[in-house]
Amino acid sequence: MAQFQKPGWLENGLVRWVDHRLPIFTFVSHELYEYPTPRNLNYWWNFGSLAGIILVIMIVTGITLAMHYTPHTAMAFDSVERIMRDVNYGWLIRYIHMNGASMFFIIVYIHMFRGLYFGSYKAPREILWMLGVVILLLMMATAFMGYVLPWGQMSFWGATVITNLFSAIPLVGDYIVTLLWGGFAVDNPTLARFFSLHYLMPFVIVGVVVMHIWALHVHGSNNPIGIDTKGEQDVIPFHPYYTVKDMFGLGVFLVFFSLFIFFAPDYLGHPDNYIEANPLSTPAHIVPEWYFLPFYAILRAVPANFIGEWSTAWMGFILIEAKLAGVLAMFGSIAVLFVLPWLDRSPVRSSRFRPMYKWFFWIFLIDCLVLGYVGAKPAEGVYIAIGRIATIWYFAHFLVIIPLLAKFEKTKDLPKSISEPVLGGGGGSASAAASKPMEKA
Amino acid sequence: MNKIRTALVAGVFAATASLGFSSANAAGDAVHPPEHHWSFSGLFGTYDRAALRRGFEVYKGVCAGCHGLRLVAYRNLMDIGFTEDEVKAIAAEVDVPAEPNEDGEIEDRPGIPADKFKSPFANENAARAGNNGALPPDLSLIIKARHNGANYLNALLTGYKDAPVDKKVPDGMYYNTYFPGQLIAMAPPLSDEGVDYADKTKATVKQQAEDVVTFLTWAAQPELEERKRTGIKVILFLLLLTGLLYVVKRRIWADVH
Repeated sequence: MAQFQKPGWLENGLVRWVDHRLPIFTFVSHELYEYPTPRNLNYWWNFGSLAGIILVIMIVTGITLAMHYTPHTAMAFDSVERIMRDVNYGWLIRYIHMNGASMFFIIVYIHMFRGLYFGSYKAPREILWMLGVVILLLMMATAFMGYVLPWGQMSFWGATVITNLFSAIPLVGDYIVTLLWGGFAVDNPTLARFFSLHYLMPFVIVGVVVMHIWALHVHGSNNPIGIDTKGEQDVIPFHPYYTVKDMFGLGVFLVFFSLFIFFAPDYLGHPDNYIEANPLSTPAHIVPEWYFLPFYAILRAVPANFIGEWSTAWMGFILIEAKLAGVLAMFGSIAVLFVLPWLDRSPVRSSRFRPMYKWFFWIFLIDCLVLGYVGAKPAEGVYIAIGRIATIWYFAHFLVIIPLLAKFEKTKDLPKSISEPVLGGGGGSASAAASKPMEKA
Repeated sequence: MNKIRTALVAGVFAATASLGFSSANAAGDAVHPPEHHWSFSGLFGTYDRAALRRGFEVYKGVCAGCHGLRLVAYRNLMDIGFTEDEVKAIAAEVDVPAEPNEDGEIEDRPGIPADKFKSPFANENAARAGNNGALPPDLSLIIKARHNGANYLNALLTGYKDAPVDKKVPDGMYYNTYFPGQLIAMAPPLSDEGVDYADKTKATVKQQAEDVVTFLTWAAQPELEERKRTGIKVILFLLLLTGLLYVVKRRIWADVH
């Protein structure tokens, strides 16, 4: 049986002296050595700690890059190339940072889909989930502003397209856009403030991550079965069990990450960003980074005039333009995640016991991939239709399917406890079975 | 075992998702360039030193008349096998503005290895005025600034053809199926024996194109060899570390399973 023990070093005299005044060692002991974690977490639960680690990697490489980067429209592009060519290991630091953004989103998207599959957003973890959505929003803002800094063609035109979206907001839109730009076009003041904010926001993310982990440690992790832990036989201490499992997962991830850094560093980027920004020359297709493509598809899915006519008919005096409708849809696609815990009233968390939700989960995942694919294509021909259908499905999944499933789905019987299925279930006392080391299948 | 499979599925999922999105970026109406095997491609790729040297000769003799290489310094040529004396001589062939002299006047001085390659035109307007309104792009990053850059440029340089009868080619434009829109303002730059290679290699158009593409790939990615060498070491280390961590994980978890 796994032991919940305070570490021996807590008895050290100096440790006790410090701990009496600042109980930081008690804190570590409590949150790592005594923190009970479900014994049945699978490898999908590795992505939370991975996200934390990649955040640190991004901050460390980012601070280093900032020592060599020049946030000025006349020098930004060349300063990045100087990092690539003349700074010691500059190419390595920059490629880690550049591909690290993509890795961060891969990890966080898997982390979120894991939460969706196993119902990790349900009571009592609603605030934990909502803090996660806040982190996603902050990440998106940070990544967007970071992409502007190299001042390539996609930097400039991406910034122009995205900042222009805010002009769709009624009354104050134009004022907000001028504020974002620091003038009347994307220019040097824009670059300077984006650099400043890009440096600031990761630390805001760190703050929200602390709250995210704090909320997590109140009730502990959800688990693949999705039932609450019911005593000692269901849990193991986080350290050393999950620290070593997370380290192993980190190793696997770093191999994957390294393949990009060393052998395909520009694979996830767009070639146009190796052309210096030119306000007089618009690229043939302005495409955001891959991790924004699903949202970009939703933004473009709203047909011109459709919502305008609809809202004119219903509200009479408020005319919503198609652009605003697209922006609302895009932000709505994330806003809907905030209220997900209240849309899904099914008491069963894990998809393993929700035969219908499980299917809709996979359809939803495919829907998101389709949106990503459409987002990369020009808005013409069949892609418009596919984009609209996929957008409608995205919202229908949350607003129609999930509430209906909660009402009508017949869920499977839940196991009595975590230790029962883990230990082969049925006869015998759980603790007796647990004390016997078992060969791994 | 089940858990390892899950972890693998996660990796594969992430990889395919990113691959799908990235390839979806490709756009344009140009013909897809044929694949060519380059000395620098693959996990262990390195630049063919002789091709780099010949490629520099092609750049200097043909491209440099219109295209700059402003991010590369003459001293960088020492990284690909030019001697210090050779580099000094190459740099001294150009004149660059010096610091103000005692009277405050700016005179020209010969280039030194620390100088960046001198661009052929003083500014964009001068470049357009000398090229029928078209702007010859700087070539420092051209390989990275185009999809499938090396194959694209190789195909473009060797892909000039007579236009089909129904295609109207305006004066000063040329037909090239690999160029987006098919009409390019650059006249066919390479011709057989257009350069005299110092190493006596026969200077066919095909040979010159391959050599200059190799040189320009180096210009865009001077770190490529070190990057790949480092990558092999890093990944071997990580595989070993990850294997050991897996063993440790199994041992620690032995009493739970």
